[in-house]
Amino acid sequence: MVDKKPIILLCLVAIIVVAPLILYNGMGEEEGYFGGADSQAGPVIEETGYQPWFSSIWEPPSGEIESLLFALQAAIGAIIIGYVFGYYKGQDKERKRIEEEQE
Amino acid sequence: MHIMEGFLPWQWCLFWYMVALPVVAYGVIQIKKITDEHPESKPILAVSGAFMFVLSSLKLPSVTGSCSHPTGTGLSAVLFGPAATSVLAAIVLVFQALLIAHGGITTLGANIFSMGIVGPFAAWLVFKGVKKIGWGPSIGIFCAAVAGDWLTYVTTATQLSLAFPIPTFGAAFVKFMVIFAYTQVPLAIAEGLLTVAVFDYIMKLRPDILVKLKVISPKVEETPKAVA
Repeated sequence: MVDKKPIILLCLVAIIVVAPLILYNGMGEEEGYFGGADSQAGPVIEETGYQPWFSSIWEPPSGEIESLLFALQAAIGAIIIGYVFGYYKGQDKERKRIEEEQE
Repeated sequence: MHIMEGFLPWQWCLFWYMVALPVVAYGVIQIKKITDEHPESKPILAVSGAFMFVLSSLKLPSVTGSCSHPTGTGLSAVLFGPAATSVLAAIVLVFQALLIAHGGITTLGANIFSMGIVGPFAAWLVFKGVKKIGWGPSIGIFCAAVAGDWLTYVTTATQLSLAFPIPTFGAAFVKFMVIFAYTQVPLAIAEGLLTVAVFDYIMKLRPDILVKLKVISPKVEETPKAVA
């Protein structure tokens, strides 16, 4: 039997993420939509007359390189989760098999 | 929740470093202690850190029309406690500060404080509270992850208003809350749901480890025997 709970959970997440895209369909960065909250704070701070006194040692030279590094970050995380969960799943299966043989 | 490089006066940078570093140091000791006592919990520790890696790289759109990312700290906070989580958060934040120019070295202390200390501490408290009421662990982890995520952003808003109380702290706080906290509400819920999915899977396959970490109470009939 397939456990339905995680599927329902993932569907709910998908709805939460897709809803804004439908809500603001056709709007883009030019209209001020879907910018990052982190970078929105910058101009608000600069309005107060504050000048940043230090800038990043290294910045990704383009959006492409930045997305490469973001994808890398997600990939590192995902492969670790997949590896451990796969290992546990196999362990569980083996344990059940041994228990069945003993019966 | 990343305060950008150079966007805090140096006094504040120093202050947040001084607050964050002892907690991270204590977290390193905690991790050592937990992994010495329960070496079988190491893969779960890796999963908790990896979960933060994945979630904090996902910039999701929110109903406010801007994008932000979850933190993923709730899982680790509930399983290993807030101090251990601060270490994992520090790793994620250093990676992002050096390679993606998100956050920064000067603001690292402040960012560890919001994402690695306040958020996880809130998550840990909420989980304990829900457990005490007697609700199930799934509900507990959901509430914990939502609280941890959202309070991280409230902390960022507070930190920025403390550093830039112009014209007043209150006015600045409202301004930064609009940027960070409203956007974060649906994303915090999404993070809560994802954390439940991962937690349930761990609970299904290795409840024995969760019992050892004192996350769930032991149920004799559900504790599987270790594979010989």
